Amino acid sequence: MDKNLGHHISQQFNEDLEEIRSHVLAMGGLVEEQIQKATNSLVDGDIALAEAVIKNDTKVNKAEVNIDEECTNIIARRQPTASDLRLVVAVIKTITDLERIGDQAERVARMGIRLAEQSDSKINYMEIRHMGERVALMVHNALDAFARMDVDAAVEVAKEDKIVDVEYDGIMRQSLTYMMEDPKTITQMLDIMWTVRAMERIGDHAQNICEYIIYLVKGKDVRHTSIEKMEKEALKKR
Amino acid sequence: MSADKIPHAINMDKLGRHSNNNNDALKPGAEKPCLTANNLNLYYGEKQALKDVNLVIPEKKVSAFIGPSGCGKSTFLRCFNRMNDLVDGCRIEGDINLYDDNIYAKGVDVAELRRRVGMVFQKPNPFPKTIYENVAYGLRLQGVKNRRLLDEVVEKSLRGAALWDEVKDRLHESALGLSGGQQQRVVIARAIAIEPEVLLLDEPASALDPISTLKIEELISELKNDYTIVIVTHNMQQAARVSDYTAFMYIGELIEFSDTNSIFTNPKNKQTEDYITGRYG
Repeated sequence: MDKNLGHHISQQFNEDLEEIRSHVLAMGGLVEEQIQKATNSLVDGDIALAEAVIKNDTKVNKAEVNIDEECTNIIARRQPTASDLRLVVAVIKTITDLERIGDQAERVARMGIRLAEQSDSKINYMEIRHMGERVALMVHNALDAFARMDVDAAVEVAKEDKIVDVEYDGIMRQSLTYMMEDPKTITQMLDIMWTVRAMERIGDHAQNICEYIIYLVKGKDVRHTSIEKMEKEALKKR
Repeated sequence: MSADKIPHAINMDKLGRHSNNNNDALKPGAEKPCLTANNLNLYYGEKQALKDVNLVIPEKKVSAFIGPSGCGKSTFLRCFNRMNDLVDGCRIEGDINLYDDNIYAKGVDVAELRRRVGMVFQKPNPFPKTIYENVAYGLRLQGVKNRRLLDEVVEKSLRGAALWDEVKDRLHESALGLSGGQQQRVVIARAIAIEPEVLLLDEPASALDPISTLKIEELISELKNDYTIVIVTHNMQQAARVSDYTAFMYIGELIEFSDTNSIFTNPKNKQTEDYITGRYG
């Protein structure tokens, strides 16, 4: 894969491709911000911030629709092939995952509001903050790898997802313990479990994006394979 | 893409390029080879137009040749029925096999070869005769006089060329009165009337409007049930639409030959990539 989108004989085509790429990155930036704000709103019990996150999700949705349309137009008018085709396909898939990440961030914000309303207990919040920051960073790094078409970085991000899963299991187990100790905490713990579940899903979506990057650059579909297989494909010389 | 799905043998190591997975022979179970070019070099006088081309064209599949103007794709196509013999100063080294027969061997009957390997050109070239006589022409040359047999073959060929319904009521009118797309299909009917094994199509649709083009493309996918088809086209999307295998040629060299899906989604060679994505290399 040529790291340079340019060099098409058609200058307009160069611009079209560059445009969808930068729009994906802009959408990614927005989504990343949503995760951070959602996490902060939950940890700090900041209802106003949570409401802003929920409201902003429409921006993420709108970005998805717009980029989809741009991709459709490119397919209709340019009939992209080879790496150009893979870029358009990878973009269409990436923005679906970004949109879902946005939905999960919205969910975290909603949980933030509920938790803020029902109790002032701050148990577990440090772990949640940590997990939120970690998945936000995963999304950031995945987008960075996308921007630079860097498969090695993509593999690194995908590996992170394992750690997120471990953290998720930890918080789940801890929450269960609280619930068994004191059934009065069940409502609150369930909300916390939903929250970390949303964060764990964000990690999965970030991993998906990394798989699309490998498809884009190497032309190999590594979905539904192991990390080892993914790494092998990423290292393979073309 | 698994290696065993790639039916051809290209040996490009000599050129210092990485070739597709299997270098030498067809894998068992892959398509049967129909035409095989071995170390083919072709010169027009001093100028070398084809450089050490090795390629296996599988039977009853559509293979497309793409590449920029002057890359040798039409020249290569014309080698398969020795049309280049007619060009002054044209010299060929290496050989081409049609199944087991070396078509460049001494004593090959070129007329018989061209019966086995038919050709259709860019510009429809029906003879200034009736539609019927155009299609029956090859058989008449072979001395067939039986009217019933001729009728039968003309109908079958015109049906094969997806033209019968459009012309059945005016078979005895001049073929020159047909539209360009219809004329091209008359020419294809004429080519298949003598039951060739291979059809060579040299930009068969480039002089036609989009609808006629689609009809020809539809026809090509029908014809591949009975014939091995090799098509040269400037229209990459056309190659992508109609062919099973695509060869990319550049300045007389075969750069990459692979199944069409691979060529258009994930070509192995950077020159191929640059060409099909419309980049300047």
